[in-house]
Amino acid sequence: MHQHFLEVKGLGKRFPGKDGDLVVFENASFSLERGEFVCIIGHSGCGKSTILNVLAGLDRPSEGEVYMAGREVRGPSLERGVVFQNYSLLPWRSSLSNVTFGVRARRPGWSKAQVREHSLRYLHMVGLKDGAEHRKPAQLSGGMRQRVSIARAFATEPELLLLDEPFGALDALTRGTIQDELLKVCAETHQTVFMITHDVDEAILLADRVLLMTNGPHARVAESVRVSIERPRDRTTIVHDPAYYPIRNHLVDFLVTRSRELADRARLPEASGGDPMEPLEVDPGADARAGEPSLPPQHGRLMAVNGN
Amino acid sequence: MIQSTGIRAALLSMVLLVISLGLWELSSFKPEATEAVSEYELLMGGADQEARVPPPSDVLRLAWTELSNPFYDAGPNDKGIGIQLGYSIYRVLAGFSLAALIAIPVGFLIGMSPLMYKALNPFIQVLRPISPLAWMPLALFIIKDSETSSIFVIFICSIWPMLINTAFGVASVRKDWVNVARTHELNAFQTAFQVILPAAAPTILTGMRISIGIAWLVIVAAEMLVGGTGIGYYVWNEWNNLDLTSVIFSILMIGVVGMLLDMALATATRAVQYQE
Ligand SMILES: Nc1ncnc2c1ncn2[C@@H]1O[C@H](COP(=O)(O)OP(=O)(O)O)[C@@H](O)[C@H]1O
Ligand SMILES: [Mg+2]
Repeated sequence: MHQHFLEVKGLGKRFPGKDGDLVVFENASFSLERGEFVCIIGHSGCGKSTILNVLAGLDRPSEGEVYMAGREVRGPSLERGVVFQNYSLLPWRSSLSNVTFGVRARRPGWSKAQVREHSLRYLHMVGLKDGAEHRKPAQLSGGMRQRVSIARAFATEPELLLLDEPFGALDALTRGTIQDELLKVCAETHQTVFMITHDVDEAILLADRVLLMTNGPHARVAESVRVSIERPRDRTTIVHDPAYYPIRNHLVDFLVTRSRELADRARLPEASGGDPMEPLEVDPGADARAGEPSLPPQHGRLMAVNGN
Repeated sequence: MIQSTGIRAALLSMVLLVISLGLWELSSFKPEATEAVSEYELLMGGADQEARVPPPSDVLRLAWTELSNPFYDAGPNDKGIGIQLGYSIYRVLAGFSLAALIAIPVGFLIGMSPLMYKALNPFIQVLRPISPLAWMPLALFIIKDSETSSIFVIFICSIWPMLINTAFGVASVRKDWVNVARTHELNAFQTAFQVILPAAAPTILTGMRISIGIAWLVIVAAEMLVGGTGIGYYVWNEWNNLDLTSVIFSILMIGVVGMLLDMALATATRAVQYQE
């Protein structure tokens, strides 16, 4: 049987409360292939950050396991880089020094010059130059700080990159340019990415697949939606792709109505604690092209989408 | 008004200084001898004159002679002001450094571990409000050396602000920064020195600044108590000599040195300060 790069099996998180446990989410099972860009969308509080922290090894699940490249994830590792929503830069260090901090941890054997050269390359890759490398985070705009944070994560060259709503706090214009940088860097490095977002258009622009979560408590990863739009993608032309609106409508419809309906059904007494289930695979883009019902996506097509 | 606030404030300070010195000088004038001085008063060298606080001109004159030769040593009761201040500064720095050596690691431990915090907190709460001078008899009895005892008293009074600030600073390091250390697989040692120490440094240094201020307050009292050397002893000795000019001069010197110590720590605090 084919082994996935990242496998999440029956993940659940509960917090003990006065009248019974609060089950934030349960039976979350999904997988990522190497080089894949996967976004996860769900309403606030359904447990997306918790899932990401479990994947990072920063948090322990109440049940279930995570395997990366066949090995169980038990704690944080340099193989999994994290970009937090609030950037998490060390404010007493300059931008460059924040990146070298990561690179030095990753490559203890490298010389100072090597670390510096490598770090500068990634800072330039995300568009930080002209003295911004030497400024402290407090002297940078929100967009520039997030670029530093992304540069740090990419520069440590992790096998899996985890992004928790990285652009949530940015204005639309800045968000757009950094999304473009991210697309470019991912195309260059074939980075595997798991990203939380609120923004349906952002997910379609960036992702190969979008995971949809129902509302909490008792949230689940209900669907895995393939974004069958050729790469390289461009924000201005992507809306003209025939698959764009079918995918977008599917995602919006899920967020507006089905996320709640499915959650209500899951909370019925007879449904609680159901079997671990894989999310339903859907491909609204292909359905629209062929006018035929949804097919489970084949591995070959996935590779074509990734371009590798 | 082109002048900056700084220049105007300096001018105002000068004016206030001149006015207060002038008033002081005027109030210290010898009254006109209206009647014959009694024989007894003559014997005492003019009682009226002695009862008055010496004028600033006398203090300045003394300051000039003392500061032009601050390090002379003419026996146990006649040493230059520089030597006396040097003794006091040495004791403060010795006690303060010993306290830092213990307070900062222990504060780290308390800040990192809620268990240690809970276990040590009762001791800290009981020991902290004790006046440092209350330890003096016990210190003299156990240590049997007045020099070391004053250093111990400085140690005990400067340990608490550093301990409490270090614990607080370490405990309130943002969880995100600790997570950055964790995702970069830093070991405990690297996390302490590369993340927690720089993050908590401003709070720790603020504690050190409070400590050195308290230490400088306490050393004067401690030296008055144990005698021998030091600026506190000097003040008390000049009081016994009824040399009020020297008393006022040394009070001013205590203020100046205290200010310099505080400025040194303030500069260090600014050096590690960061903006979030
Ligand atoms: N310590 C805790 N005790 C109880 N509930 C918690 C605790 N931490 C998080 N939660 C709950 O877990 C849920 C998921 O949080 P989070 O993963 O941050 O959601 P998301 O990122 O999807 O907005 C939230 O509803 C929150 O209330
Ligand atoms: Mg979140």
